[in-house]
Amino acid sequence: MATTADDSTQVATAGGTGLPGDLPPVPDGAVMLTVHIQRFNPELDDAPHTESYRVPALPGDRLLNVLHYIKWYIDGTLTFRRSCAHGVCGSDAMRINGRNRLCCKVLIKDLIGDKRNEVTVEPIKGLPLLKDLVVDMEPFFDAYRAVKPYLITYSAEPTREHVQSPADRARFDDTTKCILCAACTTSCPVYWSEDAYVGPAAIVNAHRFIFDSRDEGGRERLEILSDAEGVWRCRTTFNCTEACPRGIQVTQAIQEVKRALMFRRI
Amino acid sequence: MSNPTAFASGKRVPRPRRGSVYRGDAGMWSWVAHRITGVLTFFFLFAHVLDTALVRVSPQAYNTVIETYKNPVVNLFEVGLVAAVLYHALNGIRVMLVDFWASGARYQRMMLWVVVGIWLVLMIPGVYFMLQRTVSVMFGSAS
Repeated sequence: MATTADDSTQVATAGGTGLPGDLPPVPDGAVMLTVHIQRFNPELDDAPHTESYRVPALPGDRLLNVLHYIKWYIDGTLTFRRSCAHGVCGSDAMRINGRNRLCCKVLIKDLIGDKRNEVTVEPIKGLPLLKDLVVDMEPFFDAYRAVKPYLITYSAEPTREHVQSPADRARFDDTTKCILCAACTTSCPVYWSEDAYVGPAAIVNAHRFIFDSRDEGGRERLEILSDAEGVWRCRTTFNCTEACPRGIQVTQAIQEVKRALMFRRI
Repeated sequence: MSNPTAFASGKRVPRPRRGSVYRGDAGMWSWVAHRITGVLTFFFLFAHVLDTALVRVSPQAYNTVIETYKNPVVNLFEVGLVAAVLYHALNGIRVMLVDFWASGARYQRMMLWVVVGIWLVLMIPGVYFMLQRTVSVMFGSAS
């Protein structure tokens, strides 16, 4: 990794003065990568604009390393979210070369070609832009909460655990993988134009409980998803399935919820 | 190897190679094409209902209007209409299979290539036969 060796000292010195730290040595085998980033400072700018940076990167680096390099050594005002940096927390979804991806899972070697080493990074679409690559996720989580994504039971509590067969568990296995990164919801053309649509991620998380044999709230959730802004807004463009960093068959899950509604069958 | 820099403002900043058009799944573009062909077909039907309704005005009026259709430009429109209706019909079957067939979502991309394949197989000879007369009248020899 290009930036791991003396990060801590560099950041410490930079933190005190507000100035970028000294550039770290360029490792062997690094290529120069041009990164076009959509920038937006709500206190200064009327509209987002693109700024470009030329940085060294190793083919094995992730794009997140490059964003760190820019933030730590070139322009400390670059703003983006990341937490675990290993594709688990889902906080760094962004539009990379026009497709929603987690920037901690995109490798540089998959971005560089023979002719031009360039990459475009933009915030995800369809959510209010706050700053640079950071969007307001609250509308996304509102839709998530609307589908009651928790276990609902009405019958008497079992004396021991809720028993579930492996086959019943497998029924909703795919949709348990969601990390709520919003890559699917913000790749959906319907969501871009219709904020009220609950979006693929909320339907995936509803699917996870609707098809859980231990859960008894399936009817309520189907009622919510049968609303005008529910599953019927889906136009099966498959952008969500293509964008999901966890490989969830999102459109398949949405279609299963539609069929459960059409045929009154869970 | 050049030093890492932010491109200084005022200097020539390379334009981003790509705009912000979302480069979605093939399914997204098939949906865009489905919308466009649907709207085009709707406008054709609108005009078609109007010109057919002219029979109720008088057969002469109908004949006069239909006579204006006999020109190369309308012939090209006909080709476009067949192309749009054919795509819309074939992709419509694909969309129905995605909706009602349990494995439809898994095979959607393969079904799209089948749709495009059938469309090409029918359109290539179709265009030939539809334009044959116009081309021979406009550019053909006297024979």
